[in-house]
Amino acid sequence: MSKRKMQPADLPAGECVSQLQEMLRQRLCHQQLPDRPEGVEAQHKHLLELLKRTSVHGESNSVLIVGPRGAGKTMLLKCVLRDLQEEKEAEKNLLQVHLNGLLQTDDRIALKEITRQLHLENVVGDKVFGSFAENLTFLLEALKKGDRSSSRPVLFVLDEFDLFAAHKNQTLLYNLLDVSQSAQAPIAVVGMTCRLDVLELLEKRVKSRFSHRQIHLLSNPTFAEYLGRVRTRLGLPDHFPDSRFAADWNASVETLCEDKSVEEVLRRHFHSSKDFRSLHMLLMLCLSRVSVAKPWIRPADLLEASRLSFADGEANMLHGLSILELCLIIAMKHLNDVYEGEPFNLQMVHNEFKKFLQRKSNSMYNFDQPVILKAFEHLQQLEMIRPVDSSSAKTQREFQLMRLMLDHSQIMEALQKYPQCPTEVKQWAMSAFG
Amino acid sequence: RMKYFTRLRVRRVYEWRGKPLSFNRKLKTYEYGSLAISVEGLPRITVIKIGQHILIEGEDEDNPYVAKVIRLFGDDSGKQKKAVVQWFVRVFEVPLSKLKLLGREPHPQEIFYYQGRSCDDEVDAGSILKPVQSELAPASSPPPPALASRGPARRALPTPDLTVMRRAAQGEARGGRATASAGKARAAEAESLHSSTKLSASKCLSAKRRNASARTPGVRKKLELSSECCREGSLLSCCIVLWPIKLQTGSKKVPPQGDEVMEPESMTGSLKTPRRRAATPRRPYATREAEVDNEISPMLPVIATPRGSKRKSAQLVSSRIRKQLNLLDNLQDLNSDGEDEEEFVPSKKELQSSEEEEEEEDEEEEEEAGLDSDDDVVYKKGRRAAAGPRTPRSKPRIRSSTRTPQRTPNRKITPGTPRTPQCATPSIPSRSLPARQPANVLEEARTRLHVSSVPESLPCREQEFQDIYSFVESKIEDGTGGCMYISGVPGTGKTATVQEVMRCLQHAADVDEIPPFHFIEINGMKMTDPHQAYVQILQKLTGQKATADHAAALLEKRFSNPAPRKETTVLLVDELDLLWTRKQNVMYNLFDWPTRRHARLVVLTIANTMDLPERIMINRVASRLGLTRMSFQPYSFKQLQQIIMSRLNKVKAFEEDALQLVWAALSGDARRCLDICRTATEICEHSPADPSATGLVEVGHVMEALNEMFSSAYVTAIKCASLQEQLFLRAVIAEFRRLGLEEATFQQVFVQHQALCRVEGLQPISVSEGLAVCRRLGGCRLLLLEPSRLGVLQRVRLNVSQDDVLYALKAD
Repeated sequence: MSKRKMQPADLPAGECVSQLQEMLRQRLCHQQLPDRPEGVEAQHKHLLELLKRTSVHGESNSVLIVGPRGAGKTMLLKCVLRDLQEEKEAEKNLLQVHLNGLLQTDDRIALKEITRQLHLENVVGDKVFGSFAENLTFLLEALKKGDRSSSRPVLFVLDEFDLFAAHKNQTLLYNLLDVSQSAQAPIAVVGMTCRLDVLELLEKRVKSRFSHRQIHLLSNPTFAEYLGRVRTRLGLPDHFPDSRFAADWNASVETLCEDKSVEEVLRRHFHSSKDFRSLHMLLMLCLSRVSVAKPWIRPADLLEASRLSFADGEANMLHGLSILELCLIIAMKHLNDVYEGEPFNLQMVHNEFKKFLQRKSNSMYNFDQPVILKAFEHLQQLEMIRPVDSSSAKTQREFQLMRLMLDHSQIMEALQKYPQCPTEVKQWAMSAFG
Repeated sequence: RMKYFTRLRVRRVYEWRGKPLSFNRKLKTYEYGSLAISVEGLPRITVIKIGQHILIEGEDEDNPYVAKVIRLFGDDSGKQKKAVVQWFVRVFEVPLSKLKLLGREPHPQEIFYYQGRSCDDEVDAGSILKPVQSELAPASSPPPPALASRGPARRALPTPDLTVMRRAAQGEARGGRATASAGKARAAEAESLHSSTKLSASKCLSAKRRNASARTPGVRKKLELSSECCREGSLLSCCIVLWPIKLQTGSKKVPPQGDEVMEPESMTGSLKTPRRRAATPRRPYATREAEVDNEISPMLPVIATPRGSKRKSAQLVSSRIRKQLNLLDNLQDLNSDGEDEEEFVPSKKELQSSEEEEEEEDEEEEEEAGLDSDDDVVYKKGRRAAAGPRTPRSKPRIRSSTRTPQRTPNRKITPGTPRTPQCATPSIPSRSLPARQPANVLEEARTRLHVSSVPESLPCREQEFQDIYSFVESKIEDGTGGCMYISGVPGTGKTATVQEVMRCLQHAADVDEIPPFHFIEINGMKMTDPHQAYVQILQKLTGQKATADHAAALLEKRFSNPAPRKETTVLLVDELDLLWTRKQNVMYNLFDWPTRRHARLVVLTIANTMDLPERIMINRVASRLGLTRMSFQPYSFKQLQQIIMSRLNKVKAFEEDALQLVWAALSGDARRCLDICRTATEICEHSPADPSATGLVEVGHVMEALNEMFSSAYVTAIKCASLQEQLFLRAVIAEFRRLGLEEATFQQVFVQHQALCRVEGLQPISVSEGLAVCRRLGGCRLLLLEPSRLGVLQRVRLNVSQDDVLYALKAD
């Protein structure tokens, strides 16, 4: 109670909820680094020491951080850089260059970006002058002039490192790694990639210049740890303005995590993927359902969010098809069964469909050929079927060979949920013979 | 001060003057006393006499070579005209290492006596451009004694003979050309003087003026503008030498070089014409004033400016002159002379003279060596013609001789357009806090083990070193050219060895054991395009910037034309295979140049593959590369051991058996070996201190380092994968077994996956989830996938062996 007295007043519920939303969203969308890198402390220490040696002792280094997507490579590096900045010597000296293989798609662009970020002297304002060749010579000259003890160390961060290996001759990598192995300006090259075979991408002379240090981010958390992480992700800190709201919220998170169905859902996610990004997506969906009227997360929210995140997009699209289109799909499925995945064309599908009409139905209309063709084209546009070869111009549309892009399970699932699906169509779909 | 009698790119006609002095029967040559050079279409005739200093055409048009004529001879037919010369070196031709020995800042126009053996002293008379005046640096000039003390180090700069110098300086040497020149040679620094510029256009202008005023040209003065900062004591001995210039009787024509003409009014000091005068009043020697003032050239007006600042009248003059000049040439950067003033202070004395070549034949003094090559440029380019009158030393180039007292407003190239990266100096900012020094044994060891640290010697490559050394050395000594191809897998010390060889040769050249040479280095990986090789070679050779095509043409010219006094060039081409082009013209040229007679080019090429010439070179390229090949074998364990030991150099950081383990794990790449050791030291440093540990690197640390660097992460990655991912891998293997193929579509694998899910008691996953799992595995390259737009039809392959997958999954 004394605590509550110290608070000037409880914030209105709306204020609390919006604060909560803001705080958790920041956390979940990676804008906020965790205080300590979870599960990768050893790697953190290793990388920190390595970069410290570059920034403090001027020792050149090169290292690769390898880990699957969402394993926390960038988070690790950011944490390390943040901790490095606390060191005074490092903070004052270290120059940083951040490149991304998806942005700097060739060496020309990458060089301009490096020059710009280093503020070398051929940069005027934000523009880098000179041709590609001049830029390269200039940068190399600049790095060559430096030496271990007197120049500021430069940190090169190459995100999506594997894409740099696709550049022509790997010129940039060769030169950066060559500098890191010669008595020039001290540099640290940190590559980040999700490819385990990244070293095989390097040309032998580039590879020889790489120090072969790799930091693997392959953490293997148990489900208990995973659950604990959900709690810490959702928990409110002590410094939340309204402590009573925070306490209530934390208690609700606790009960949520103990719920059997919630555990079920989370376990399913855990089995599917251990990376945090997909977990964050799930939690974001739950979080967006929190409102003033319902300032906590119910298990049902989590179930719904899970359903959304596991939803099969193609099966959902089937729900929007007309009965005719659905029938065509079913005919294709039967053709696939009969011919074991051989491609088909419109004529075959139409025949299959006609057989069905003759056998069963009088409730169905016998559609004209042009209508069928139209429906067929629509399916193609939705990419539910795709032509076997792209040379579509040569053959008539009716005879062009197609393949079905859907799995049988998807079709059956969609049929179950299709609103007011005629029973004979359902039966036809389930029947083993065409 | 040099005069131009001819325009460049003009046809010159060379003729002997007078009868042959003697006839050599054996060689059938006639010796002559003088040579006349005339330019077609111009009435002037220039006479070159024995003992005179001349400019000789070189590869750099702006900077012709300087030499002194010793003999002139020709054959009976008169077709061949030859000259034997004594070479002089310009400052920028002197290797940097030797410049340092000089112990002072040389004047940019200074020339040095050349005693090297590597240059042919016989030149074709046709390459003679014009005579030039050189002047012996007088005793007052700062450093001769200091120079003398270093005698053996540089033959090129022998001990100056003080008496000779003094004589020369005082103008007594007039009769004794030989002495003077000898003295000059010894003095080792002939200060060159600025010529009053002769711009062709200005010539025309002044010629007109002259005609109008019917002035007679021909008085020639040598002017010495000694600055106030001269040492008083030495001033007398270094004072100006003035001598009247007689009109050359042989060529009575109207002097073509109007600018040289002394205008009567100039003596009176009228301020109207831009002419130099203000300088003199300042001097302490009143007697000389008049003479100095006579210093004709209407084009020397501004000379005084820097110094004139001390006197009002001088300032006035100079300011007027400036104004005038400004009108003449907007390019002029007047503001610069203020700063320049300081720069010339160090020059203790400078003689300046202006004279006309026509009259030079009467002048015996060699004291005056003036070549103002920069004027040359101006002249040739014909740019700034209008500005001509003002500048004895207008120079567009950076090498402008900043020390002469009579500075004109220093004209530089117009301040850059926005596109000025040319003047940007590439550099990395320097650190605000110094780098920490290694603090303990491990850090020390790590520093030594870093690949970048330059070892004191290169162990295990003695034989290769010797071979390359003798190859290059012999080529340098013979003045011939050649190619060598060096191959070897990465990390076998190819580049390091060649660089070590070049360091040693450079040292040998510094102590004059071998003729001096030029070493340049290019790397195929460090250029964006094979043709950039030309640009880089040219830039490193001459400092010029050019486009690839132009550079190729210039290099072609340089290497195919005979040039007197050419030093051998040693070119190291690293990563040769990157210079491959479809037509292979870059490689062709690189290997063709050394075969030219006058190229004096040694090309050392380095590449990874032994059979590169056979594999990628077309016949004519491979043939030119020749058969001088060398292959660097991968290091053996023993050798790697030796390398590490020599690097560590008694720093005890490793346990013996730990090192043994390192060798055992390696395959001949020295870089890798060094990296392992370095990583091991790091691991050792950060491993928790074990009380029993010695603090040295142990076997365990090396194992850990090897593990970090070489272990394949695939197994760990599979172990760390999520359950569905692991199931998917199992489904892939199951499907492969069913099909008997190493490839299946996603759809097929997915059926297996669903079955496995049911077996494991898991909820079956949807197709899109299955695709996501599949893509994640593909992202790590545990699986190889087709493009994902194929959806369920994409084909799947394993990127790991099935055994690895099963092993990883079982251990789980």
